[in-house]
Amino acid sequence: MGLKVRIIPCLDVDAGRVVKGTQFKDLRDAGDPVELAALYDREGADEIVFYDITASHEARNTATALARRAAEEVFIPYTIGGGVRTVEDMRDMLRAGADKVSINSAAVKTPDLIDGGAERFGSQCVVLSVDVKRRAPGAKAGWEVYLNGGRLNTEMDAVEWLVEGERRGAGEFVLNSMDSDGMETGYDLELISEVAEKTSVPIIASGGAGSPEHMIAAVNAGAGAVLAASIFHFGEWSIREVKEHMMQAGVPVRMTDPTTGVR
Amino acid sequence: MAETLNVAMVDYDAGNTLSVRRALEKVGAVVDLTPDPDVVGRADAVVLPGVGAFGDCMRKLRERGMDEACLEAYRSGTPFLGVCIALQVLFERSAESPGVEGLGILPGGVARFASNGLKVPHMGWNELALARSHPVLDGLDGEAFYFVHSYYPEPDEPSDVLGTSEYGVRFCAAAGRENLIAVQFHAEKSSRAGLKLYENFLSWARRS
Repeated sequence: MGLKVRIIPCLDVDAGRVVKGTQFKDLRDAGDPVELAALYDREGADEIVFYDITASHEARNTATALARRAAEEVFIPYTIGGGVRTVEDMRDMLRAGADKVSINSAAVKTPDLIDGGAERFGSQCVVLSVDVKRRAPGAKAGWEVYLNGGRLNTEMDAVEWLVEGERRGAGEFVLNSMDSDGMETGYDLELISEVAEKTSVPIIASGGAGSPEHMIAAVNAGAGAVLAASIFHFGEWSIREVKEHMMQAGVPVRMTDPTTGVR
Repeated sequence: MAETLNVAMVDYDAGNTLSVRRALEKVGAVVDLTPDPDVVGRADAVVLPGVGAFGDCMRKLRERGMDEACLEAYRSGTPFLGVCIALQVLFERSAESPGVEGLGILPGGVARFASNGLKVPHMGWNELALARSHPVLDGLDGEAFYFVHSYYPEPDEPSDVLGTSEYGVRFCAAAGRENLIAVQFHAEKSSRAGLKLYENFLSWARRS
């Protein structure tokens, strides 16, 4: 008995619209992030992550508006990422209904954002997200932190950065492996177990999910939650199917009845 | 009592009240988020939301006269639902804020999870086991709910315990007596099991 492993669909949102197309036929508007998130809620998702990738000074406003709209239809915890530059931005998104705020590039540029957010709202609201790539063969082993959606290599060591993030008060990590992102070949298990060994913050595995087996492997490597996008958006696997596989493998998951939503 | 239930939600600057309000509205309540103790006194049902620290929460309630309004609502038999920190402030005291008196409706105190090997706060989905049947928890035995907390109540009176969960220790996750019930988890973030709890609360309040 204890906590359930969480299954988290991730939605990339640009100017209020879901970026990658989805194949759900029973949605009126498959491009509406709130409607899609509500569908995932009904299907048994344990949490939702919205990444607002609106590339302008409007990003903060669109992300806050999204948080506010989601509060009307989404009755599971949700995280907003993107558009967060300051502690005030975090406050606005939490007040608008978000449970957590995810910070990535902004935390690297201004690490005090982690401390400030944790002090003001509690660590449980502060998700430190990192985009990492393995170092080139021949160089020393490990992973480096990338910024701006993977365009800029900071040459910072990812594990060292996460250890610092924990010390500053991050309540959760999203480990996004850029090597496996979109490949559907599985999460970077070495990365997960390395971070699990060096820190004690809950880990959300991200990047590379192609099957429930990949998710089970991530949990066995030390992840407390698994995040995925395309595997769900394109209907390859439903959340329920994933959870059934995980349950059979002995992973504790929250099962819901497909018709009533209550077991 | 009218079919439409007027629910007063206590507004005391308690953090994220929006999701509690939306969940109540989703299941058909008319919600008045109010800083006015008199409005709480006139309501058909009262909901006390809240996140944050015990001492901070009690201070904010007192500053607004809401501590008395909540006690009065309880004494006068108004159906009353507390969520998260609102469960804890029903008790007499908390290890989180030594010296601060709680509402004291339920005898007992509030303790902190020991962090031996377990992460604190206890955050995520965990199962509720009913300790006894209650109309507001009807159909919810064994359901998972979403928790975020570092402290949990230790009721002196076993009959006040309505449901428990386990996190290193088996702890009280739902408590109440008479017209009062409170839950530690965020029902408004617990998908349909959570909405069912709010729906149950409204049905119970209508029958009261």
